[in-house]
Amino acid sequence: MAEIAWALGKILFMLVFVFTVLVVMIWGERKGSAFIQDRIGPNRASIGGVIRLGGLVHPVADVLKLLFKEDLVPGAVNRFFYTMAPFVVMVIALVTFAVLPFGDAIYLGDKVIPLRIADLDVGILYLLAITSLSVYGIVLAGWASNNKYTFLGGIRSTAQMISYEINMGLAVLALLLVYGSTRVDAMVVEQGQLLFGFLPRWGVFLQPLGFVLFLTSVFAETNRTPFDLAEGESELVSGYNIEYSSMKFALFFMAEYASMIVAAGFISSLYFGGWQVPWLDTITLREHAGTFLGVSLWVGAVFNLLFAALLWKRYRRERGLLGDRRELEPLVLGIVFFILALVCLGAVVIASPWNLGEQGAAHFATVVQVLSFILKTLFFSWLFIWVRWTLPRFRYDQLMKLGWQLMLPLGLLNFFVTAAVVLLAR
Amino acid sequence: MQLHFATVFVFLALAVGFAVIAMVISWALRPKKPGTVKESPYECGEQPEGSPWIRFNVRFYLIALFFIVFDVEVVFLLPWAVVFKEMLAVLGSFAFWEMVIFIAILLVGLAYVWGKGDLAWVKGLPPRDEEDLEALSWYESGRFSTDRRSVHTSAKPEGV
Repeated sequence: MAEIAWALGKILFMLVFVFTVLVVMIWGERKGSAFIQDRIGPNRASIGGVIRLGGLVHPVADVLKLLFKEDLVPGAVNRFFYTMAPFVVMVIALVTFAVLPFGDAIYLGDKVIPLRIADLDVGILYLLAITSLSVYGIVLAGWASNNKYTFLGGIRSTAQMISYEINMGLAVLALLLVYGSTRVDAMVVEQGQLLFGFLPRWGVFLQPLGFVLFLTSVFAETNRTPFDLAEGESELVSGYNIEYSSMKFALFFMAEYASMIVAAGFISSLYFGGWQVPWLDTITLREHAGTFLGVSLWVGAVFNLLFAALLWKRYRRERGLLGDRRELEPLVLGIVFFILALVCLGAVVIASPWNLGEQGAAHFATVVQVLSFILKTLFFSWLFIWVRWTLPRFRYDQLMKLGWQLMLPLGLLNFFVTAAVVLLAR
Repeated sequence: MQLHFATVFVFLALAVGFAVIAMVISWALRPKKPGTVKESPYECGEQPEGSPWIRFNVRFYLIALFFIVFDVEVVFLLPWAVVFKEMLAVLGSFAFWEMVIFIAILLVGLAYVWGKGDLAWVKGLPPRDEEDLEALSWYESGRFSTDRRSVHTSAKPEGV
């Protein structure tokens, strides 16, 4: 019974995590592009005319808007596949999270609870298998819509995704040689050690070329700029999803971001130590849990006070400038930060010797590790946005040339060299 | 182990459930006013021209074929890669050379399709004269530079 509860809890955690990061990512995409292009970006949507959070309310407003939109279905579509396609894309994007470890195993008495949804031995094979299925959603959407643009978008996208899948597979093969296991959690555990005594033993240091290949193929697999030829606005308007509207379009849109979050999670798990905090392994974290907690509470208190003070200053400065309730936002947020600062200070005073006990220390270590995983994933999610608004799109022949004539030989070379190094270092 | 695959299916069911619920809510809330214009395929606001079942480049089929060859290669290499370290202890360097031979056979295949020009996406008629060759090299260099100087110095060839 408890096991089922834990399994459900982990699934719910993952779903909440994905959808939260999804909202943040859509916000980051719009605000980040505004930042890169020197604009202000979205800032109008608000809760009660007060809380705007710098545009963070916009993704919610977007979803609500799409919920209420009429669903335009062209007359000549293949209804079954047309309706199925957004489901396929969305479900596959979500299900890939199943093998992603987000923390070290929890020990409750004599029970071990691994912090990932499914404790599969095939691990990385599951990743390769499921991501390759997402081609189906796109090709179905493109074909069933009965439209030239969607058809071309679907075909292009398929050729691109299958081409780069090989490169992804080769990069992963080299990783398997290094770690000798298909389990993602085993890989993450190995990355907790140190390399040459000072570098974290992360995949990116063991497999620099493999990392570049993996990153590039992941960008191509998620159909992101500079590889978004499936969409290519100037040629295909929007590619395979032109004929979709309302919630079906929203599903495509969310799936695109969800698959980016998956990709970010796997980049951080395979090459950047996943939930490992660099230089701090689980045992150290547990031993010094009290100290770390105290320090982080102090830091939290100071930063919250600082934010509160800045917001108060801003409120004083901007009062009377807008002439409506929007002015109250810095005040409201400032009060929130002030309360948070008080909570931190209170916790410091109450739990002064910071003796957490063994169980508490273990839980503290888990929380820190999950936060580390979330931070890394957020960073790589931001990388996707960053790259999109920095690099222009490839031409299709350049894409194929890069995939088949540069990355495939490089991937094979990387694999060969890795095997040779393993052979010589045995 | 069975339980873990069961959790995958529970996750799958929840994911499907999420999508279905979203669709049902939207279905209940949205207006439904179909019309002939709304039902026509989108073609940038123009009247749709001809059939959407257009002919597409045969090279997409070739890409699919190469994909199968090389993806099967990756699949064959996977189990080998997982047990490589243990195999080294038993078989010694033979475990390594065996893989090298396997990859070499596939490299011959890659070299063949490469040499046949099947990996090159841009395939035109063979260049006829100097001007064509220049145009081709300009096109293949991929440098559509926004750098002012290069735009001024290297004249864009005609007919590209």
